[in-house]
Amino acid sequence: MTVQVTKQWQKVCTKKDLVAHSGVAALVDGKQVALFYLPENDAIYAIQNYCPFSDANVIARGIIGDLKGKLVVASPIYKQHFCLTTGECLEDNTVKLGVFDTKIEDDHIHIAL
Amino acid sequence: MNSKPKQNLVIIGNGMVGHHFVAEWQKQACAQDWQLHIIGEEPVSAYDRVHLSEYFQGKGHSDLAYCQESDYLSLGIKTYLGVKASGINKADKTVDLDNGETITYDKLVLATGSYPFVPPIPGYQNPRSFVYRTLDDLDAIKAAAQGRTTGVVIGGGLLGLEAANALKSLGLKTHVIEFAPRLMPVQLDDGAGQVLKEKIEALDVTVHTQTGTQSIEHTAEDRLKLHFADADPLETDVLVFSAGIRPQDALGKIADIDVGERGGIVINDLCQTSDADIYAIGEVALWQNRIYGLVAPGYRMAETAVASIAGSEHIVPFQGADMSTKLKLLGVDVGSIGDAHAQTSGALSFRYHNESKGVYKKIVTTADGKRLLGAILVGDNSAYDTLLQYHLNDIELPAEPDSLILPNLGSNAAPALGVDALPDSATICSCLNVSKGDIISAIDAGCCSVGDVKSSTQASTGCGGCTAMLKDVVDATLEARGVTIDKSLCEHFEHTRQELFHLIQVNEIKTFDALIEKHGRGLGCDICKPTVSSILASIWNEPVLNQPHVKLQDTNDTFLANMQKNGTFSVVPRIAGGEITPDGLIFIGEVAKKYNLYTKITGGQRIDMFGAQLHELPLIWQELVDAGFETGQAYGKSVRTVKSCVGSTWCRYGQQDSVSMAILIENRYKGLRAPHKLKFAVSGCTRECAEAQSKDIGVIATENGWNLYTCGNGGMKPRHADLFATDLNDVELIRTIDRLLMFYIRTADRLQRTARWMDNLEGGLDYLKDVILNDSLGLGEQLEAQMNRIVETFECEWKSTLQDPEKMKRFRTFVNTDASDSNVVFVAERDQIRPATTDEKANLIATA
Repeated sequence: MTVQVTKQWQKVCTKKDLVAHSGVAALVDGKQVALFYLPENDAIYAIQNYCPFSDANVIARGIIGDLKGKLVVASPIYKQHFCLTTGECLEDNTVKLGVFDTKIEDDHIHIAL
Repeated sequence: MNSKPKQNLVIIGNGMVGHHFVAEWQKQACAQDWQLHIIGEEPVSAYDRVHLSEYFQGKGHSDLAYCQESDYLSLGIKTYLGVKASGINKADKTVDLDNGETITYDKLVLATGSYPFVPPIPGYQNPRSFVYRTLDDLDAIKAAAQGRTTGVVIGGGLLGLEAANALKSLGLKTHVIEFAPRLMPVQLDDGAGQVLKEKIEALDVTVHTQTGTQSIEHTAEDRLKLHFADADPLETDVLVFSAGIRPQDALGKIADIDVGERGGIVINDLCQTSDADIYAIGEVALWQNRIYGLVAPGYRMAETAVASIAGSEHIVPFQGADMSTKLKLLGVDVGSIGDAHAQTSGALSFRYHNESKGVYKKIVTTADGKRLLGAILVGDNSAYDTLLQYHLNDIELPAEPDSLILPNLGSNAAPALGVDALPDSATICSCLNVSKGDIISAIDAGCCSVGDVKSSTQASTGCGGCTAMLKDVVDATLEARGVTIDKSLCEHFEHTRQELFHLIQVNEIKTFDALIEKHGRGLGCDICKPTVSSILASIWNEPVLNQPHVKLQDTNDTFLANMQKNGTFSVVPRIAGGEITPDGLIFIGEVAKKYNLYTKITGGQRIDMFGAQLHELPLIWQELVDAGFETGQAYGKSVRTVKSCVGSTWCRYGQQDSVSMAILIENRYKGLRAPHKLKFAVSGCTRECAEAQSKDIGVIATENGWNLYTCGNGGMKPRHADLFATDLNDVELIRTIDRLLMFYIRTADRLQRTARWMDNLEGGLDYLKDVILNDSLGLGEQLEAQMNRIVETFECEWKSTLQDPEKMKRFRTFVNTDASDSNVVFVAERDQIRPATTDEKANLIATA
């Protein structure tokens, strides 16, 4: 078991760049990340933007919501649901998207890859 | 390990009964020990002969077929389709085929059916005379009707009237000639026959009863002239004989098994012929000196034969069958039950006859008036299900039996026989022999909807006549168990789309958040969010990208463009009615060239530009909007296009200016959001070049105005539109479409196109006509006002979005860089771009 001691935080964008209850995409170290913003608990969810089912970078454009208590995003091409906190695919437990830690500091969004 | 060689089961005949035998056989545990051989004279696999006339209403073999030959093959069955059995040798147990092959059998089943009887009237053999039984017959009739005007059917029985319906749908002026004094002499009495005749004549089919054809003359003009005993001759282009059926028993005679004096292969209660290894089922079989010319008894015989050959412990011997029938002939309800002619001694008859409405009902009871022996219904079959259950289950009639057929005048309501009153043994589906008890057991085993019960019991998958009754039994049984039927949209709303529509409208709810707080739970999902967004847009018409609505939109609505498989977008400006100036064309071409987009002409007569990345959309649209183009809303569940032909302005056949009407319609309804996409077309004459009959709203010009068609669609399950109203003027046309569309938007389910919506409305087309044309619900003005509000508040979504910096910030591929998506790769094909395949992408990256 490995324990990550220090996280490499990177500044990505400001809060103004986000869309409440919806997603935008960012390019961080050559990696495409989808950022979803829920203003009521001031939470940002970062998840891989690449959808393996459609071979396209589209997750940021999906509709978010909750299914059976899990916070999810629906891939906009073939409509699979992915858990925003774990990256798990609800329809296919062999598929899991990468999820990343985020934090908000002085209105700036930081992400740890 | 099973080394025993398989036994051979040969079945001759692949009609409805032959197919049912195969389907039942496959359910037997021993089926794997047998090699099944199917021999069919027709070149195609079994199809639904009962609904044959629908072949002329646009259905093909694949719609009518029970399965394809490949389905048989995949079950390991050997098929010989388009091959005739020419002989049977019962000593050697072999069947000879006309292709020279010989097949050995252990058990043989004859399901050869019947052939149409053609009376030997002098001159009956000619190239313009036909019979009505197979798809080949129908193709021949269709070819002969091409460019001709008149058709005659000899024979006014059940099949003859079906054939008349077929001729009528080919556009022929149709006559029916019946030798007996009335139509359907077997099932109806004189009074009923008269009502049926009047109803059919009102549909422009001429009926000649008590008319015997003496000779047929083939004229020099390649027509037929029919000469009668007591009437003027009648000329026709097509003649169809439907004078009864005869069992196809020739093989029985060849095999030297017992055949009845007047035809039919004699069978016992197990459906065995005089040779115990040969069975006969269906219309070829003669049981107790009787031929059964309906499909349900044939199915019963098939089941008995299957059980007998399989050596089952649960053989139900064939015990005859009820010959009651309920059908719609040329759109007229006809029902006949049991002893319709009151031949039982002491039987009593009760009649109700309404000449103004064209309704005739008769019941026949026992002398004491307590049991129902038979019934006849014409013009109104609503009492059929109840009467049939009284008859089949021997239920005691009410004290005044005539109350069952008298109209419901206030307090003297006819006592409907609720499904609760039926015993479990009552047959609900007589085609597939499913009883009320079978349905209850299916529900006990976990079925909880009509659909579940249908697939589990096969009930209502035959003629479909019992659908309403099946639903009643299922609903009543579920209700009795305290099950409420779940119609929730999703886990966030326990409402249907229609209920949500009412909640939003009546409570003037303007946002999703307000709705879910009051009437739902949780955050919502990709089902309810777009559904509610569409309802909000249909009622309040606020721009979909306004802040409270942004999070509800599907990707396509979010970015006002159609996302394609590689994550790029396509752009479609509106080209109303398909009319565009040369300058407009050039401009679109230049934009496409500048942004390197793939262009294609769409089916809706406009131009689609593919391959734009998200950040390019505002640049492209700014240019288009500046040049005067508007969004085509190809991305929305909304009004798409109004296709048109060039119309009377240019076309020598045009009756009206279809292009102007198409542009008027498209500009009126553009921007309208609906439960699903809406497609329109306007044709300038009956040649129908705009294919309006495949659209949700189709308009076809007539000499006097416009005919309106509705609820058609192309796609996976194409459906012809239904004629809704005729010869409307411009104002009437628009008013009718206003009402129709708004009623659809109010009442349809999520993602339900107009065709399925109408099919699911109780009362279907007639009900819809009543609501829209006769304003039976008094909603007309409301619907029109609502539509006017939408029309008045239209704005081009792209134009307003481009002016709003807050909305524009979403149109960036990445929020933190101007880079493009490196996963979007194009290659060239036919001088344009297309997305690279996965392999191509890998190669390109490897060589880069």
